Amino acid sequence: MTDVTPIRTAAESAILSRFPEAKASLPGTPAVATLREQAFGRFVETGLPHRRVEKWKYTDLRSIMREAAPLAGAPSAADLAAAKVLLAALPDFGAANVTVVNGRFAPSLSDLGALPAGVTASDLGEALGSGHKLVVERLGRAASADDSALALNAAFMAGGAIVAVAAGVAVDRPIALRFVSVGTAAATYPRALIEIGTGASVTLIETHVSADGIAHQANGVVEIFAGDETKVEHVRINAHGDATVDVSSLGVVLGGKAELNSFNFVTNPAAARHQVFFRFAGEHSTGNVSGASLLKGKRHADTTLFVDHAVENCASRETFAHVLDDQATGVFQGMILVRDVAQKTDGKMMSRAVLLSDDATMNNKPELEIYADDVACGHGATVGALDEDLLFYLRARGLPKAEAEALMLAAFVGEALESIANETVRETLEGLVEAWLKAR
Amino acid sequence: MPAVQETVEQVRAIDVDQYKYGFVTDVEMEVAPKGLNEDIVRLISAKKNEPEWMLEWRLDAFRRWQTMRDPQWARVDYPAIDFNDIHYYAAPKKNAAPKSLDEVDPAILDAYKKLGIPLREQEILAGVQTSKVAVDAVFDSVSVVTTFKEELAKAGVIFCSISEALREHPELVKKYIGSVVPVTDNYYATLNSAVFTDGSFVYIPKGVRCPMELSTYFRINEKNTGQFERTLIIAEEGSYVSYLEGCTAPQRDENQLHAAVVELIALDDAEIKYSTVQNWYPGDSEGKGGIYNFVTKRGDCRGKNSKISWTQVETGSSITWKYPSCILRGDGSRGEFYSIAVSNGRQQVDSGTKMIHLGKNTTSRIIAKGISAGRSNSTYRGLVSAHRKASNARNFTNCDSLLIGNKCGAHTVPYIESKNATAVFEHEATTSKISEEQMFYCMQRGLSAEEATALIVNGFVKDVLQQLPMEFAVEAQKLISISLEGSVG
Repeated sequence: MTDVTPIRTAAESAILSRFPEAKASLPGTPAVATLREQAFGRFVETGLPHRRVEKWKYTDLRSIMREAAPLAGAPSAADLAAAKVLLAALPDFGAANVTVVNGRFAPSLSDLGALPAGVTASDLGEALGSGHKLVVERLGRAASADDSALALNAAFMAGGAIVAVAAGVAVDRPIALRFVSVGTAAATYPRALIEIGTGASVTLIETHVSADGIAHQANGVVEIFAGDETKVEHVRINAHGDATVDVSSLGVVLGGKAELNSFNFVTNPAAARHQVFFRFAGEHSTGNVSGASLLKGKRHADTTLFVDHAVENCASRETFAHVLDDQATGVFQGMILVRDVAQKTDGKMMSRAVLLSDDATMNNKPELEIYADDVACGHGATVGALDEDLLFYLRARGLPKAEAEALMLAAFVGEALESIANETVRETLEGLVEAWLKAR
Repeated sequence: MPAVQETVEQVRAIDVDQYKYGFVTDVEMEVAPKGLNEDIVRLISAKKNEPEWMLEWRLDAFRRWQTMRDPQWARVDYPAIDFNDIHYYAAPKKNAAPKSLDEVDPAILDAYKKLGIPLREQEILAGVQTSKVAVDAVFDSVSVVTTFKEELAKAGVIFCSISEALREHPELVKKYIGSVVPVTDNYYATLNSAVFTDGSFVYIPKGVRCPMELSTYFRINEKNTGQFERTLIIAEEGSYVSYLEGCTAPQRDENQLHAAVVELIALDDAEIKYSTVQNWYPGDSEGKGGIYNFVTKRGDCRGKNSKISWTQVETGSSITWKYPSCILRGDGSRGEFYSIAVSNGRQQVDSGTKMIHLGKNTTSRIIAKGISAGRSNSTYRGLVSAHRKASNARNFTNCDSLLIGNKCGAHTVPYIESKNATAVFEHEATTSKISEEQMFYCMQRGLSAEEATALIVNGFVKDVLQQLPMEFAVEAQKLISISLEGSVG
C-alpha cells in the first residue's frame, strides 16, 4: 500500500500554499529557481515524511509538526540583538565565528575580518543570486538523497553561508558556524556549503541555537566537500530550545587519503532528526560519524545515517550513545552501503542505548547492504538499563545512587565522545554531559 | 563438522545446474480450472467436505484479499504474479479417500521413495531410517498419506492432514485456526486463508511428550499450480513436539507460487521445535524458473514458560520471503530462531524473524547465517521488540553473512525496539568473505583450497546445524554444499 496518498495535514497544506507566494522573494538565478521548483515538486508528491516512509518510520513528522510555522523573515535589528544574547550563552571554543540568523547570513555577528589565513566566508543568499562557482558546481551534490526534508530545504532556502578553506592550509583556529533562530515561532531553512581544498585541515564547530519555549521549526542542510588528503573535524552541537523541532541534514563527500570526523550532540530540542549522507569519493580514506543524545521529558531524537562506500579501501566507524530518561524516545537508523566496487572496505557501526525509565523508548535499526565480497563489516546494537552489579559496586564504596549513576553514564557517553580528536571541544562536551547529568 | 571430505565429494559429483529433485511424476490429476474467484474457493471447500463456517471464513478472507495489494518492502524483485493463471487445486485422481496405502497411486509412492521419504511403515521399520519419524505427505493440493497414525493415537497425539482435522476435530480447528496469523495478516496469508488446500494438523494433549518426530513432506508436482498449505500445531500444557518439514518441486522454466501459513500454539510449559529444510526448485543459473516461496510462519507462546524454536535451512526457491516469528506472550516464555540461508545463482532471499516480547522474563535468541554466492542476494530482516510490560526481557541476536564472489549481495536489516528499561537486547552482525588467514592456516596443514573452503563454511553454519534433529542435520549439510557448487573453491 505504498502509493496511497494520505490526506494532507494542516501543516502540509500550509507549506504547499506558501511556496507560490514565497518563491518570488527567494534568492537565486533562474537555474536555482528551477532547482527550487523541482524540489518543491518532489515535496508535493511525498508530503511530510511519516511512519510509512521506511527511512522516517520512527520519526513521524506529520504528527510531530501539527502546524507549519510561518516562514522566517530577514532578521531585524532587534532579532540580531536577541541572537547576540543567545550566542553569548554558548560555550567558547576560541573560534572564528560565521553566523546565520533566521536562515540568513549575519555579517555583523561574524568575525569576517578575523578569519584565519586561507579561510573565506560569504553569504550564500547572495551567491545563489550571482551564480557563484560553488553554487553552480556543488549545491545539492553532497546531500542529494531522495528525501522530503532535503526537498523542503532546497525549495525554501533563503540563504546561509559559504565557507572555503584553501588548499594546503592547516587552520589552527576552529571555525564556528552558528545558526540562530530568534523572534516568534518561525520556519527556517538555512544552508551551508563548505569546501575544503586538497591537503587542508580544519576544525568546524556547528552550533544551532534558539530560545526555550518558542516552537521554531528548523530544517537546515550543511554540505561538506573535503578534497584529497584533507583532515576535517566536524562537531555539531544542537542547542535548540525545548520547544523547537529541528530537522537537519549533513552531506559529506570525502576525497582520497582523507580523514573526516563528524560528531552530533543533542540534549534539548523537543524533537530532533539528524540525517547524515556520507559518500567516500576517494580511496584510502577514513570517516567517523558518531554522536551522543541525552534526552529527558518527552523529547525525541533521531539519528539516521547513510554511509556510501563507493570506492575501495576506505574505513568507516560509527559510534553512538543514547541516554533516555522519562518518556524520551531515541532513534538510530544506520545504513552502511558497500557497492560492488568497494573492495577492502572496513566498516563498523555501534549504537548503544541506556534506558533510565520504564517509559523511555529506543528504536535501533542498524543496516548493512553489501555487494562486495572482500570486506569486513559489522554492526552492533544494544539496549538496556544500567548494570545493577556495577551500580551496586559503586554504591558499596559509598557513592550515593545519583552520583554512581552519573559516573556510569558519563563513562557510557564518554566512549562516543572519544572519537573527537580536538581536546578543547571534547572537554567542553564532557562538561555539557556532566551538566545534564547533574540536572537530572 | 566431520563430513568435510564428503561435502567436497558431493560438490564434485554433481553437475552445475542439476537439481536432484527436479523429476516430474506422471500421475493422473484432477485439476480445478485456472483462476481465482469465489467459485474456486467454494469448489475447494466442497472438495474437502468442509463445514459451513469454514467456507464462510474462506470467502471472508477472499473478499478481504481483493482489497489488498502485494507487499513491496522486501528486497526482492519479481514480475507481477497473475493470480488468475494458477490452478488452485490439483489432486491425484485415485486419491478420493484412501483407506490404506494400497489405494494410493503407486506412482506417488515411488515419487516419495525417490525423494528418500518411504511412506510404508514396514519399510521405515525395516531400517531405512535410524529413528522413527511419522510423515504426512502432501502432494500438490492434498495429503496422500499420514504414517504411524495409530501409534500416535495411543499417546493421544492427533497427527493428520488439516482437511481431515476439519472433518474429525472441527472444534479444535475452529478454536485455533487464524488465532496466530489472523485472516487479514498480510497479502499472502490472506490469500492462503481463502484457498488453502491441505497441510498438517498436530495436537499434543496435556503432559504428553510426542513419542516420535513428526514430519510433513511437501511436493509440488503439477504444472501451473500453486501450493497453499496450512499447518496448525497445538501443544497443550506441559507437552513437547518436534516437527520437521521438507519440500521439493520439479524443475520447470516457469515460476510457481508457494504461499503457506504455519501457526504454532504453545500453552503453559509446552515446547514446540519446528525445523524446516527448504529445498524448492531454485531456478537455473540464469534465474529461469523456480518457486516463489512466500510464507507466513508464526508461533504464539501463549502459556507461561512455553518455548518455540524455529530452525530453518533455506537452500531452494528462486525467491524466499519468510519470517518465522515468536509472540512471547506468556511470562517466562522463550523463542529461538536458527537459520542458515544459502543462495546461489540468481536466488533472492529476504528472510528473518520477529521476536515480540510481551510477557515478563521472556527470552529469545536469534542466530542467522547467510551465505551468498553467484549473483544472488540475501537479506536478513528481523524485529526484536519489548512491550512496556516485558520486564527483564532478553534477546541476543547474531547475524553473520559470508560472501563468495563479488556479484552477490548480503544485507542486514534489523529493527530493535525497546519500551522497557529492564529489557536487555544485544545485536551483532558481521559480513565478510572467507578470511585469507583462515585459508592459509588450513592449507598450510595440507588441505586443498576446496577442502579448506568447505571446512570453513561448515564451521560458519555449525551453530545452526547443531540445532537440527540428527537425520536433518546430515541432509542439510549435504544441501548446503550442493547449493554452493560452482562457487566453492
